[in-house]
Amino acid sequence: MNNFPILSLILLAPLIGAIIIMCLPKDNGKAIKYIAAISTFLSLLLSLVVFIGYDRSLGGMQFVEKIPWIADLGVNYALGVDGISLPLMLLTNLIGFSAVYASWNNKERIKEFFALLLILITGVMGTFVTTDLFIFFLFYEVVVIPIYLMVIMWGSTKRVTKEYAGMKLTIYLLIGSAFLMVGLISLFIKAKGITGVPSMDMAFLATIDFPVSFQVMVFAFMAFAFGTLLSMFPFHAWSPDGYAGAPTAVSMIHAGVLKKIGGYGLIRIGLFILPAGAQIIAPIIAVLAIGNVVYAAYICISQKDLKYIVGYSSVSHMGYVLIGIAALNLISINGAIIMMFAHGVMAALFFAMIGNLYEKSHTRNVDDFGGLAHQMPRLSVGFMLAGLASLGLPGMVNFIGEFTIFVGAFSTYKVLTIIGVSGIIFTALYILRALGNVLFGPRREEWDHLQDLKGPEMVPLIVLGAAILIGGIFPFTLMDLISSGVGDLIAQVGLVQIGGIL
Amino acid sequence: MFEFILPNAWLIPLVPVLAFALIGLFLHRWPKISAALSIFSIAIAFILALVIAGGVFSAPAGTVYEFSTRWLDMPGLQVDMGLLIDALTAVMLLVVTTVALLVQIYSLGYMKGDPGIASYYAYQSLFAASMLGLVIANNLGQMFVFWELVGICSYLLIGFWFGKYSARNAAIKAFITNRVGDFGFLLAILFLQIMFGTLNFGELSDSMAGFTNMTILIPVAILLFCGPIGKSAQFPLHVWLPDAMEGPTPVSALIHAATMVAAGVYLVARAFFIFSAVPQAMTVIAVIGGFTALFAATIALTQNDIKRILAYSTLSQLGYMMMAMGIGAMTAGMFHLMTHAFFKSLLFLGAGSVIVAMHEEQDIWKMGGLYKKMPITTWTFIIGALALSGIPPLSGFWSKDEILLGALASGHIGLYIIGAFVAFLTALYMFRLIFVAFFGSNKAGAEKAQENSAVMTVPLIILAAISVVAGLVNSPLMHNAFGHYINSPAGIEPHPSLIIMISSTVIALAGIAMAWLIYQKQVISAEDLKYRFEGIYKVLYHKYYIDEIYAWLGARLVDGMAKVLYWFDIYVVNGFINAIAYVTAITGEVLKFTEDGQVQTYALYMFAGIVLLLVSALYAVYTVLI
Repeated sequence: MNNFPILSLILLAPLIGAIIIMCLPKDNGKAIKYIAAISTFLSLLLSLVVFIGYDRSLGGMQFVEKIPWIADLGVNYALGVDGISLPLMLLTNLIGFSAVYASWNNKERIKEFFALLLILITGVMGTFVTTDLFIFFLFYEVVVIPIYLMVIMWGSTKRVTKEYAGMKLTIYLLIGSAFLMVGLISLFIKAKGITGVPSMDMAFLATIDFPVSFQVMVFAFMAFAFGTLLSMFPFHAWSPDGYAGAPTAVSMIHAGVLKKIGGYGLIRIGLFILPAGAQIIAPIIAVLAIGNVVYAAYICISQKDLKYIVGYSSVSHMGYVLIGIAALNLISINGAIIMMFAHGVMAALFFAMIGNLYEKSHTRNVDDFGGLAHQMPRLSVGFMLAGLASLGLPGMVNFIGEFTIFVGAFSTYKVLTIIGVSGIIFTALYILRALGNVLFGPRREEWDHLQDLKGPEMVPLIVLGAAILIGGIFPFTLMDLISSGVGDLIAQVGLVQIGGIL
Repeated sequence: MFEFILPNAWLIPLVPVLAFALIGLFLHRWPKISAALSIFSIAIAFILALVIAGGVFSAPAGTVYEFSTRWLDMPGLQVDMGLLIDALTAVMLLVVTTVALLVQIYSLGYMKGDPGIASYYAYQSLFAASMLGLVIANNLGQMFVFWELVGICSYLLIGFWFGKYSARNAAIKAFITNRVGDFGFLLAILFLQIMFGTLNFGELSDSMAGFTNMTILIPVAILLFCGPIGKSAQFPLHVWLPDAMEGPTPVSALIHAATMVAAGVYLVARAFFIFSAVPQAMTVIAVIGGFTALFAATIALTQNDIKRILAYSTLSQLGYMMMAMGIGAMTAGMFHLMTHAFFKSLLFLGAGSVIVAMHEEQDIWKMGGLYKKMPITTWTFIIGALALSGIPPLSGFWSKDEILLGALASGHIGLYIIGAFVAFLTALYMFRLIFVAFFGSNKAGAEKAQENSAVMTVPLIILAAISVVAGLVNSPLMHNAFGHYINSPAGIEPHPSLIIMISSTVIALAGIAMAWLIYQKQVISAEDLKYRFEGIYKVLYHKYYIDEIYAWLGARLVDGMAKVLYWFDIYVVNGFINAIAYVTAITGEVLKFTEDGQVQTYALYMFAGIVLLLVSALYAVYTVLI
């Protein structure tokens, strides 16, 4: 079992699925869906095996695989997971599997759709399981192509056209990646200059003591690249339009995990390799983060399109992640990671429910609905679960994220955190209003024909709902793991521990 | 038995939560089984609570049992799920399980025929579990978790009849208003965690002993009090509670009268060591409590909806409890919490019984003469009203008296006067309700009213009996046994005074007499009073226009601001991005004319390039040479 390349299998199963689907005749819809479901289920199952099998007492990188690839550049096909990446890998598979089922009713060009979806899942997962910067960047770029194609082909046109949304999403991703590439190349050259060894290994680069001015510059590039991906204010404009234009599965994966690459990159590449740069830039990120929380939450209050509500709310929640990272202590970073997980499952569930409703009713405007709990009790449960998670109700994993971030961030930034905590009021306001408008109130006859969730449509609700509740009721299942990973990282780079007494 | 139950007291919340899960996942198709399971689970919790209370009250006073398990653990932040069992917990466990059990049984009758019975009982179980989890919490983190959970149960149950717009909106209002208070509560928790590195009540109490930095403690204590302001509906966050009456009446009795709204008072009692160390915070608590008591009692005088009168009465009594806390009479406040839980749930269930008999009519002016039709409801209701008004020897008399005594003994003369006046108003509005609804002349709807079945009247009788005797536990007749177990070193324990007892009895009787004169004998015309004090009447009837003011502010500060920021996002942030894209596109459009496919043009460009290069090379050579 020791040498079994389990991570490679998890990573490549969806890709293999995609290849098989491409070989199938395009009218064999059933087989295509089954292949997609089986390959993502395999990844999910194996990532649960890794999640349980990871030795928490030992910590560090485990399930390591390493194959030399480009010797001159020091590039290895190197995989491994620790307490930081494992939860995100698990998240990817939870959402990937659910996204397949959320697309079950898709009838348009399903061969291409599922093939691209599976490639997208592999691309996102690759960034989390690799320990090599070059491979990280490679997978990051792999993600762009399916996203663009899926939005412009299967997207929906409401406030903006799907072509506009797809292009906006793609260009933002590419601008981010351009900055990222400049940062990575300068890291590589500088490291080679200092040590004489060409290497793209993250752990190796982290041992090098880069000059502070260099760190500040490169970290600034990274902060821009990853911050854009994490919809940091004021670089968030892609997010609401992009999610609104994208098909359900893409919204789920993009909001659920893809943007988390930003947070993961900031921690794994930013803080880990460039701690001195991080300490200087962090206060700026913290201020922008509060911009995210309050500004986007306010905008949500005025939104009528369900996808825009969740889109802006996602921007708002990423503010919590950002301030967690910017506070640079163990508690806050723990919080940021569990918040990424929490927001991922919550947003994916929300988009799955919205997608399902939109598919049947062809509208997403909250004012068009009312009293849907009469006709669609199960869908209402899904909406309520996602909504309550979103407003940080205890018992849901999102509360753990918010609470931990608040404690951690408060020890570093007093005033900013106090402003940020006020987000809990606004979030409750827009979430409960939207849910109230859609689900409650008198029965409306015009929606009597809507079918409640059944069969495959229940899968996202069950899988993601269970993740939200298990993580919320038993937070130690995730938090022990995350804390060990972040603890290692902090010990290595010597970031500040919990802040002092007032 | 006690030895076994004690470390396993977590079973008390666990049993109802299992009932919730079973109903939610499997049993929701079978309403009767769901109801039976829910009632069975709360009955088990009640028995366990009895055992625990028996154990705690047979141990010497001041004994504390604590057990806990790590829930959230990382260096620098530990949150436990624990049990803290002392006399305070035991009393609360008894109150909550007793009222919850009776309310759930009563609901069998009240909710009969409702299509949502299974979910009703699921929510009831979840509420019971959350409330019990809150009561046994040994740290503020756990308390906050369950605090929010009771809040969401309240949301779900207020909005239980979700087909009505009013229920939906009331549920949202309740949750949001509470969130405003919880914002402060959460900030206080953050402060305490950062300052002391723990949220455990015992450890915090030890750390507080040596902590004297008042500039930080004052805001922390006041922020902490924001939680109770929301949950216990104190002014200015009281607006949600009257609207919460949209929920089924048994829910109002359990959640919005007896238990959840009292959680704020319980928090103040639990964290009394923090508040009592900060005199400024104590003053704030006392003033807010006293003001709420008076403010809500005056509104109750003018309302016509039977449940709303009781809701404002609840607000007023919660204010009373808070005032007791603020003046340091912690024992009196908790005592009043306990007696109030019994007689106010009795009153609400009585009102529910009337509403069922009147086919959903809630306006007291459309009732009348009910005492002939519904004797059990009427007489138990009168017992509840007498207890609330503070007529000896009923329970409310003893607890209210102690609060007034405490106010006087601690030198808060102003608060004593307010308290005494509120006692008068309480008797007045309660007996206004009774004379109008139960006596007086029959109205059309009241003709056909009938007494309800035993499943509803038996809980009324039991609660009435408890309301009569519950006060004795802290009377001189039982040597103030309650105060012997529940007290705080920082609290005050004045000796009973016969003068106060007599004067408050007289005040209450005066209130009843006045109600009798106005509404029964009609010696004084109510219409005449209304006309003469029209201005005051209007302000009171419209609840001091607080809802209108909040709506006005909300429309501007929240919705208006949201629109402005959205405009900013679309036209400034996105506008900037689109402008860049537009400029790029225009540049491309312009530059495309350079690519016309003619070799001559390209040759021209090449020639121009060569000339440019040559000139710059020559210039370089020139600068180097000179």
